[in-house]
Amino acid sequence: MSHEHDHDHEQAHQEVPSDLTLRVKALESLLVEKGLVDPAALDALIDTYEHKVGPRNGARVVARAWVDAAYRARLLADGTSAIAEFGFSGRQGEHMVVVENTPQVHNLIVCTLCSCYPWPVLGLPPVWYKSAPYRSRAVIDPRGVLREFGLELPETTEVRVWDSTAELRYLVLPERPTGTDHLSEEDLAELVTRDAMVGVAKVEYPKPGSAA
Amino acid sequence: MNGVHDMGGMHGMGPVQPEKNEPVFHAPWEARTFALSLAAGAWRRWNIDAWRHEIELIPPADYLSMSYYERWYARLVELLTKTRLVSREEIGSGDPAPGAPKSTPPLSADQVPKILSAGAPASRQIDASPRFQLGQRVRSRNVHPAGHTRLPRYARGKVGTVDRHRGAFVFPDTNAHFLGENPQHVYSIRFAAQELWGREASPRDAVYLDMWDDYLEPA
Repeated sequence: MSHEHDHDHEQAHQEVPSDLTLRVKALESLLVEKGLVDPAALDALIDTYEHKVGPRNGARVVARAWVDAAYRARLLADGTSAIAEFGFSGRQGEHMVVVENTPQVHNLIVCTLCSCYPWPVLGLPPVWYKSAPYRSRAVIDPRGVLREFGLELPETTEVRVWDSTAELRYLVLPERPTGTDHLSEEDLAELVTRDAMVGVAKVEYPKPGSAA
Repeated sequence: MNGVHDMGGMHGMGPVQPEKNEPVFHAPWEARTFALSLAAGAWRRWNIDAWRHEIELIPPADYLSMSYYERWYARLVELLTKTRLVSREEIGSGDPAPGAPKSTPPLSADQVPKILSAGAPASRQIDASPRFQLGQRVRSRNVHPAGHTRLPRYARGKVGTVDRHRGAFVFPDTNAHFLGENPQHVYSIRFAAQELWGREASPRDAVYLDMWDDYLEPA
């Protein structure tokens, strides 16, 4: 990722009309005055998705599936209840389906119609996942999209794209990288990225950028 | 509706641009808009399908030029006023109308973990048995409803196979318009990439969509 891209994003966000800050503040104060919302509940909602729920949840699920064959079987058979074993459940993860990557099959998750995403295991979706480029192209040109993420798949690999059109939410179980037999479940979870669980990357070992 | 939100297969949207070390929210107003939406939703004046449809009703040029949470803000204002939780005058003035009753009690901070972990399952028990069998060839209907639907244009009138039965779920096409849950079976349908996109697509690849019974007919 170039600095230019990061810069573009900052620009785009600065261009958001500054009056939105004022309009949202005005709306909040109106709703509070009308007794419709409690500001403490708003703080709790924001804190949940900023600090408590995110891709580290999904990474723990994946690492467990890598080290525990019985768990992996439960996870693939009934994603919702296997994920609930960790206490991860609920909003936008009520009906979970886990799809497994293998040397023969690569899975990719998208929501072409809006931005459906498995919140309890991955948190809120990144901007690119909700963006027109990803939503438009993931179904018609998945290999091209993956190439932009730096993932070139051989022709012999079957690409399965899952368009989240109903209330089923998808999580990719990535392939466990080779050379990780000695790693603990906790160490393995550290390797698992959000992108790998959406299917736009593979899990790498050693972790890119690390000295390991 | 054949809206601009139905983006699968469109060209010209440019490259995907991931952002490094992306924050969950890019500005405090985004976080407040997100939280206000969930907290106001706790009054259950609308359902998730109506919630999604409201975004689809944003005019196409606006939809494409707005950021994600700008759409959320616009939708929240629309739904608050349509469901009469708030009046247009109140939005305009920023003050409750004189003598307006105070609603009570709103969602509290204590209730947040519970409502999030409970979620709102859309699965339902129904008496009808599934109409289609695993492995059966089915054709998605070539329909163009003007209201809400979760059948994308790129997958209409196409032949696929039933890969999995998902159970019965609330039907968004009626629920979004407050016309009832009309629960029905949902199937995961496998469409060959070449069926959807023609001979130039990979002969190996496939797209899977979850489809309600009403979206399908025997092939």
